[in-house]
Amino acid sequence: MGEKVLMKGNEAIGEAAIRSGCRHFFGYPITPQTELSAYMVKKMPKIGGVFLQAESEVAAINMVYGAAAAGVRAMTSSSSPGISLKSEGISYLAAGDLPCVIVNIVRGGPGLGGIQPAQSDYFQATRGGGHGDYHLIVLAPNSVQELVYLTADAFNLSDEYRIPVMLLGDGTLGQMMEPVDFDSIPEPVYAEKPWAATGTENKRDKNVIETLFLEATELEERVLEREKKYDVVKEKLQRYEAHNTDDADIIISSYGITSRVVETAVKILRDEGIKAGVIRPITLWPFPEKIYKQVKPKAFLSVEMSTGQMVEDIRLACECSAPVYFCGRTGGVIPTPDEVVQKVKDILKEVK
Amino acid sequence: MENCEVILAGFGGQGILFTGKLLAYAAMLKGKQLSWLPSYGPEMRGGTANCHVIVADEPIGSPIVTKPNILVAMNKPPLDKFEDSVAKNGYIFVDSSLIDRRVERTDVNAVYIDSTRIANEIGNKNLANMVMLGAILKTTEVFSLSEIEETMKKSLPAKRLPLVETNMKAVKEGYDLV
Repeated sequence: MGEKVLMKGNEAIGEAAIRSGCRHFFGYPITPQTELSAYMVKKMPKIGGVFLQAESEVAAINMVYGAAAAGVRAMTSSSSPGISLKSEGISYLAAGDLPCVIVNIVRGGPGLGGIQPAQSDYFQATRGGGHGDYHLIVLAPNSVQELVYLTADAFNLSDEYRIPVMLLGDGTLGQMMEPVDFDSIPEPVYAEKPWAATGTENKRDKNVIETLFLEATELEERVLEREKKYDVVKEKLQRYEAHNTDDADIIISSYGITSRVVETAVKILRDEGIKAGVIRPITLWPFPEKIYKQVKPKAFLSVEMSTGQMVEDIRLACECSAPVYFCGRTGGVIPTPDEVVQKVKDILKEVK
Repeated sequence: MENCEVILAGFGGQGILFTGKLLAYAAMLKGKQLSWLPSYGPEMRGGTANCHVIVADEPIGSPIVTKPNILVAMNKPPLDKFEDSVAKNGYIFVDSSLIDRRVERTDVNAVYIDSTRIANEIGNKNLANMVMLGAILKTTEVFSLSEIEETMKKSLPAKRLPLVETNMKAVKEGYDLV
């Protein structure tokens, strides 16, 4: 491990992106992710990179389309309402099979909502916020260090599969500071990009990145081709952290910052002799469904800062082998470990 | 104490977040686990500001402090808001220059420091946070004076290094008060 630095989550994403070879960042300010743009505007000019504050979120995401089509590592970031604005562009990026990284530091919604941390964009992130048959790879870190690791992974995965990757954080992760070690982050793995629109130099046919196919069978073929890629990703990329699941009466699932609240709750529960275990999805898409088929608790509990959007993925994954309960807060309120502990006790009375 | 869960609160401009950062940075230099979480939002000088700092040996779960063992109230609203949440036998540090009431709890240690007035006397009311920090260090022994001085030297940008001496003078004022 190298020397650690103390950094805000938002800034750490910026540094990790730069170390992962990102030299093109297109931003538009919104609380609580603005520090990421601010970091990039400070750093990019010094290293020959591009920082551009666009006139809107819509413009920024389309600049990512352009940069990604030219084969460079490109990034944009926003928070919930801004991601909604970007959704059209994200659908186009998915349709163009363009690698890029989109950061969503989630705040309360719907609408303009609030500016406090939330996880209520789970459906939008995992089901595809824009139109059409597509998925993003969605990564959900739970610490500033993991934000850094997953930022590096996001660029590599996006290049490898030609799928846009969303890094899904929340206001707490973006704003908090923790010690970070940058020396241990994954090395950039650059994919060959023979498809990129880099100029033909009169030596080859031109590359065109397009998303309009008026012939129905041609569009279907392209969509199904992409589906095959999604199948590979679903098979190979399910990531999670699990512990205390073997003897667990209840398995608690949560992601991002909420998983830290759950860790505190599980410690309290275990100290009281209650058999609680943890499955923490790290990839939200693909959802780590395999592990849910290997465990046999009496109940599952999803803890989220939303009204319970991940509940249905757990139900699908465990194939209703046990009831799936929900505990959470929304609108920018963060659940406390005590609320989780109480909910677990209530559930265990019910499923005895 | 070596480990702590702290809520520092006051109004914007009092150096609340900076004081929290010093504690966090000092913890990092000591090889501890730590987290620093600010309140954020439509903040402005004079508005409310608070931050949560956790120093621990084990990896930190929730970075949100719900039962602080150190509460630092640099004005009255946070004392009203957080007094009940302080852990039993915890510490409440009160800037008695700006807060005209006493701590009501009897199961916690209340420490009253006239920090804003003292800071004014040594020439800069913006150093009230540093005076208070001195009192916290002496009372709780969470870090030593030299650890904090080292932290300032390592964490402040080069152009602000002359402030170390000024800050440490205020820290020592507070340290010697208790």
